[in-house]
Amino acid sequence: MIEFCGLKLRHPVINASGCFDVLAAARVFGDELFEQFPFAAYVSKTITLRARAGNPPPRLWESAAGLINSIGLPNGGLRAYLETDLPALAAALPVPLITNVMGSTPEEVGEILDALEAEATVAAIELNVSCPNVATGLDIGADPDGLEALLHHVRPRSSKPLIVKLTPNTADVAACAAGAQAGGADAVSLINTLRALALAPGGSGAWLGGGSGGLSGPAIRTVALAQVSRVAQRVTIPVVGMGGVASGADARDLLDAGATLVAVGTESFRDPAAGSRIARELDDGFTQIAH
Amino acid sequence: MSAPFGRRHAPLLIRRTYGPYVVLGAGDESARAQPGQFYMLASAERWGGGDGERPYLARAVSVMSVGDEGLMEFLLEEVGPGTKRLCELEVGEGLLIVGPLGHGFDEPDAGVEPLLVGGGIGIAPLVAVQEAWGGQALLGFRDAEHAKAAELFTDPLVSTDDGSRGHHGFVTELLEAELAKQSRPIYACGPPAMLHAVRAVARTHEVDCELAVEAPMACGFGACYGCVVATVDGYRRVCVDGPVFDGAVLA
Ligand SMILES: Cc1cc2nc3c(=O)[nH]c(=O)nc-3n(C[C@H](O)[C@H](O)[C@H](O)COP(=O)(O)OP(=O)(O)OC[C@H]3O[C@@H](n4cnc5c(N)ncnc54)[C@H](O)[C@@H]3O)c2cc1C
Ligand SMILES: Cc1cc2nc3c(=O)[nH]c(=O)nc-3n(C[C@H](O)[C@H](O)[C@H](O)COP(=O)(O)O)c2cc1C
Ligand code: FES
Repeated sequence: MIEFCGLKLRHPVINASGCFDVLAAARVFGDELFEQFPFAAYVSKTITLRARAGNPPPRLWESAAGLINSIGLPNGGLRAYLETDLPALAAALPVPLITNVMGSTPEEVGEILDALEAEATVAAIELNVSCPNVATGLDIGADPDGLEALLHHVRPRSSKPLIVKLTPNTADVAACAAGAQAGGADAVSLINTLRALALAPGGSGAWLGGGSGGLSGPAIRTVALAQVSRVAQRVTIPVVGMGGVASGADARDLLDAGATLVAVGTESFRDPAAGSRIARELDDGFTQIAH
Repeated sequence: MSAPFGRRHAPLLIRRTYGPYVVLGAGDESARAQPGQFYMLASAERWGGGDGERPYLARAVSVMSVGDEGLMEFLLEEVGPGTKRLCELEVGEGLLIVGPLGHGFDEPDAGVEPLLVGGGIGIAPLVAVQEAWGGQALLGFRDAEHAKAAELFTDPLVSTDDGSRGHHGFVTELLEAELAKQSRPIYACGPPAMLHAVRAVARTHEVDCELAVEAPMACGFGACYGCVVATVDGYRRVCVDGPVFDGAVLA
């Protein structure tokens, strides 16, 4: 049993946001999904105040041992999440729910936190701060002082554990983590995808409909290890480590670097039950895994 | 019916070729696929290290035939590093499979023999349709060498782009001729331009058409939101809401 922000978890492996849609997976795999649920907690994809259609296709590009995505955070918006998703999740989920949210202004984030406050199904909130600031073009979480100020504004709006999902696209991720802690975050999670560009074959410009994208998978594993280890040395709050985890040995490396939990993202695309395998391999202390 | 949860190992039991196309038969006792459904496939060994240091993700491949006693057959055409690796597998080697996935073709009304319109590698799911429910196959290929895959069907009509076999021209011309004789629903799979033309013909003749579409996929089970197509209700995930869509729904 693992204790994380007051949640009691069966093992240290959860899913990375946007990399597992439990309601879609239930339609595909039926009850077996819940009998062998791969994660110790379930993190939703990013929910925004208003519905978003997401980016035009193509949304995916396969790179060397990795994936560049430009999905564009499609979601039905806060109201649809409360009315449709939450009741379905409450009925189905065998593990605690962490709802991932994003807003382009402190007011927007505050409004979302207010609405989630009364929802008992939501055990914790993960705040995605990789949203581009319209004025600067930088991610809102890329500046440590700005991130601390955002947290000071929104933290009082929620009594639930608040995990800040840091952006890796910044000069000093440890300083951002310290800013999140100073602003009242209960935990930080990292890394989100690294900004990346895929060119269309034949020289006709960007391949992805959204322009640039975010790189995930084994290609970012060593970057994740470096960032998680620097952040864990800098803050005293728990750290959720992710980025390219595909085996128990990869998960072990992040835990050894100071993470309390690890999240599995892209590897679940290759094997929907990857979370269970990784948790089992961790448990066995198994280190020699082919992937 | 739901798919077994997770990725599993399946031995390669059959490999044969039709011109440039490769049929792979895998042992999968646990599942019964519907025509139009697909699997995510990868080789158990040496998946990666090809062109561009790929493949990394599994590849979506339609169920071509659901044989007896847990034999699942697939039809492949080499177009990149993933299909190259799958096509070079030999009997006795292993596949990693997830599936069956997706929403397939609807069963036709009793007594109705649909028209099965396939282009190139898009003929694959139509083999399963004809096995399950019958229907007249209308197949379009580049040339006679590719058209060797027409052997997978019973009594197909064939067209080729270069006229080296069958009708010289587009498969939609065969479709027009059949619809002129008798109005019946269309099941189609093929390149986007062909599907576009099939939809136009279906509209003109006021017949239903079900289209199996393709999109690049990372997961195949609704997790990544990477595989969307535009429909009249906005973007829909091809892997869970398709790959078969009513032609009238696509934007
Ligand atoms: C539901 C469904 C069923 C399918 N059924 C079959 C089938 O039965 N048989 C079959 O042979 N194929 C089938 N396909 C198609 C097959 O999954 C794709 O063509 C697959 O991408 C091939 O992988 P590859 O590595 O061989 O080629 P790729 O290198 O992926 O090239 C295929 C196309 O993808 C694009 N592309 C090129 N490089 C990249 C990159 N780095 N990242 C992303 N895209 C790139 C280009 O447009 C290229 O023409 C199906 C696809 C779907 C969605
Ligand atoms: C297709 C895709 C969609 C994602 N969607 C989200 C999202 O909605 N919110 C979020 O905070 N992170 C999102 N991420 C980032 C992941 O949660 C994770 O931080 C990143 O992919 C690194 O982990 P991985 O290498 O194990 O995939 C997404 C990643 C991918 C590949
Ligand atoms: S392929 Fe991932 S959602 Fe369809």
